Amino acid sequence: MSQLVASELSCIKQDRVLFDNLSVTLSAGQLVHLRGPNGAGKTSLLRILAGLSAADSGHISWQNQSLGSDYFTQLVYLGHKNGLNLTLNAIENLYYWCAQHGVKISSAQLYDRLAALELTGLETLPVKALSAGQQRKVALARLWLKPAMVWLLDEPFTALDIRTIGMLENALNNFVTQGGAVMLTSHHVMTSAVGKVQSLDLEYRW
Amino acid sequence: MTTLFYGVFKRDLALAFRQKAELAQPLLFLLIVITLFPIAVGPGPDILQRIGPGVIWVAAILASLLGMDRLFKEDFNDGSLEQMMLSGHPLYQLVLAKITAHWLVCFIPVLLLTPLFSILLNQTLTMAVALFLSLLLGTPLLSLMAAIAMGLTVGVPKGGLLPSLLMLPVLIPLLIFATSAVESAAMGLSYTPQLAVIGAMFLVALALAPLATVYALKVSQH
Amino acid sequence: MFMWLHQYAKTEAAYSLCNRLIPWFAAISMGCLVTGTVWGLLFAPSDYQQGDAFRIIYIHVPAAMLSMSTYIAMAVAALVGLVWQWRTAFMAMIAIAPVGAAVTFIALFTGAAWGKPMWGAWWVWDARLTSELILLFLYCGVIALYCAFDDKQQAGKAAGVMALVGVVNVPVIHFSVQWWNTLHQGATITRLDKPAIATQMLWPLLINIVGMAAFIFTISCVRLKNEIIRREQRRPWVQQLVHSNEAKNEL
Repeated sequence: MSQLVASELSCIKQDRVLFDNLSVTLSAGQLVHLRGPNGAGKTSLLRILAGLSAADSGHISWQNQSLGSDYFTQLVYLGHKNGLNLTLNAIENLYYWCAQHGVKISSAQLYDRLAALELTGLETLPVKALSAGQQRKVALARLWLKPAMVWLLDEPFTALDIRTIGMLENALNNFVTQGGAVMLTSHHVMTSAVGKVQSLDLEYRW
Repeated sequence: MTTLFYGVFKRDLALAFRQKAELAQPLLFLLIVITLFPIAVGPGPDILQRIGPGVIWVAAILASLLGMDRLFKEDFNDGSLEQMMLSGHPLYQLVLAKITAHWLVCFIPVLLLTPLFSILLNQTLTMAVALFLSLLLGTPLLSLMAAIAMGLTVGVPKGGLLPSLLMLPVLIPLLIFATSAVESAAMGLSYTPQLAVIGAMFLVALALAPLATVYALKVSQH
Repeated sequence: MFMWLHQYAKTEAAYSLCNRLIPWFAAISMGCLVTGTVWGLLFAPSDYQQGDAFRIIYIHVPAAMLSMSTYIAMAVAALVGLVWQWRTAFMAMIAIAPVGAAVTFIALFTGAAWGKPMWGAWWVWDARLTSELILLFLYCGVIALYCAFDDKQQAGKAAGVMALVGVVNVPVIHFSVQWWNTLHQGATITRLDKPAIATQMLWPLLINIVGMAAFIFTISCVRLKNEIIRREQRRPWVQQLVHSNEAKNEL
């Protein structure tokens, strides 16, 4: 059973305690919707769970071991920032991302993926020529490219059109039913296409 | 070499050659700076020969400051850096790939232009050779130090001059030994001791600087 | 030793330790600095070569000596912070940094003022002056880096790395500058070789060094207290402290 267990996490930003003594478990087949007002520490929690930043105290384990390359090869994280270089084109961005993450992929597969996201014809334009929604789609293409067990998504629905939102909701549902684990933050109300959603609420603390 | 090193290294080179103007600007800047000196202090061949090595070295350091943003800043701003950090491979590879690409892009052209600079500043052949060797050994040190300085300041919204302020004082020993190597060459003495010291500094920095940079990058993601 | 130190990793404990230490060190520094300076400036015999101008050493030498040790103290605080993840250690580091920079500046300023009558120039590129100047730059780098971050915890870590990079470089800079200096100026430089100093001159100097060290320590503690209060202002114990102080003032 693959499980991401975080125990007694605390996070202090700018000398303000965002959360304290927070324990979270994310198991296979679970979709957790992280909710809370702005500044409650949703992004901080996702980044800590992704292993990007360190918690001020507490411990995180993946399959009973502390976070290591076992975890990262199973993880796709999408932050506020798309992680796309604006000068390179969509294909190059994804190609180098795959290379860095050790995902073997042919350029035909990349073209197919972008076509599925309705980005045909835009593959070789510099990313800065794409609209915000199109850039977000390129970033989201990673979800289909890397075989993973955990998705940590920070506001994945931002800037997407309705068709793509539907596509993403289906993808989330498929991923979870196949044993994936998802934690996401969103101010968007998800439709039933996503399937069963658990929610975790963070409060704003002074 | 493993995937992360390769993925970052190839990407950075591709990116550098995509922005050819940015590649050429530091070189042009260097050339103009070097032109300013004879105009400012007078074109006497003796004085040019005396100040030449120092001028070229200071210009090389300035050129390295110009290309610094390419190291981590852009990738931090657009989020590529956090994606690279989540690859699951040791970050040492990421930093080393970045530094190597930075050195190749920033300093190989400088090294290639050194003969031209030497001619402009009236250096003798032995001086030019010593200068070239000191740059060859010393410029990787510049890239390593630039990586630490950029890593530390990458999370600062308005970094501006800060990386330069951090980096320049630390480079003073390098400048001392590099220019003294050329001076020894000018006097017909052996300059291997100075080069050996620069080499030693390079090796120490190669061992320690990537670690400091990795730590700095982790802090920047907090 | 470590366990003893470890209890002061908590900001509250560190704060009360500062409170207890400050009066003692303040008293030592006042006593020593007054005695040493009065003795040095008024009663010590004047130098047969330099006349009364030499008396600036009672300020210059302690400042110059302690500027380097203060940097090392700062780097040790940074190392402790980085290795054991103590927030208090970073606060101590940044409390020390401006004090060290000020001491370095005093050393440079008095050095220049001394250089004018002795060497006939406000500034010469003497090895010791030059490395002192670079030391000032290193201090400034640490402070500038700390100030640039909004998140002071992040700032502490980044500035800590910079302090350590500097401390690795301090000996390299010191020796390279010395070597550079002898290479360039060799015979012409009028270096003040340390003469065998008379005992009547030496005593006030030693007293002043102790006084200056205690002074640096006191100021750093006061700054550390301020830093702790500023950073922890939302914590209950600080709020309590504020309330009790207000109550005292009302009485």
